Amino acid sequence: MAARALLRVPQRARRGEVIEIRALISHIMETGFRHSERGASIARDIITSFRCTYNGTEIFRARFYPAIAANPFITFTTIATESGTLRFEWSGDNEFTASESAAIMVE
Amino acid sequence: MNRRIFVLSLALAPWMRTARADAMHDAMSAVLQGATPREGRVTIELPPLVENGNTVPFSVSVESPMTERDHVRSIHVFNEKNPQPNIGDFFLGPRAGRAAVSTRIRLADTQTVVALAQMSDGSWWSGSASVIVTLAACTEIN
Repeated sequence: MAARALLRVPQRARRGEVIEIRALISHIMETGFRHSERGASIARDIITSFRCTYNGTEIFRARFYPAIAANPFITFTTIATESGTLRFEWSGDNEFTASESAAIMVE
Repeated sequence: MNRRIFVLSLALAPWMRTARADAMHDAMSAVLQGATPREGRVTIELPPLVENGNTVPFSVSVESPMTERDHVRSIHVFNEKNPQPNIGDFFLGPRAGRAAVSTRIRLADTQTVVALAQMSDGSWWSGSASVIVTLAACTEIN
């Protein structure tokens, strides 16, 4: 299943401004602690890692555990330094990977 | 659940409670690696009363100028009573501008959430928040 990612990155910013970034991705985040009605344990299936780069330089990274809710949503900030691309990468159990990019214009 | 298992689980309940608090302590020790955190500078925002533990808005912020010389390196978030003590680890730096992260978390029970932050000088700071959960996460089948 292709994961759907939603980003909120300002299209324009002043140089030096602190901008807020929001990233959400569709994912079940199955904890591995639940059981089916028949009592069988349901295997863990979570996103374990999130990373954001700004023109190739890592600016934010996170490790997720089963206590992160389904459809992981994260808000963080960065200083608008130059025009370019913010790239977002998620990876996790069962060789899950997803990525998304957003352009920013810095004046 | 048969009766024997039920009685056994009652007998083990207090032990399991401390075991989980110990699990949080162990998880924090693994991150601190012998360092002692000071209380302060870290603020957790959680609703005081949560009706649904499956998705709880969570924010953490750290008082810091976030300059090259003085910034937050990482923030680590823990819980007392979920099946696993870790919630998330966040790595930032001077380019963040502000040390503030938000997400949505799962809480299995009424409990305390703790955040540890490491500064660029290597010092550790901590903050906590208590939350009452009326419908727990994780255990029920949706």
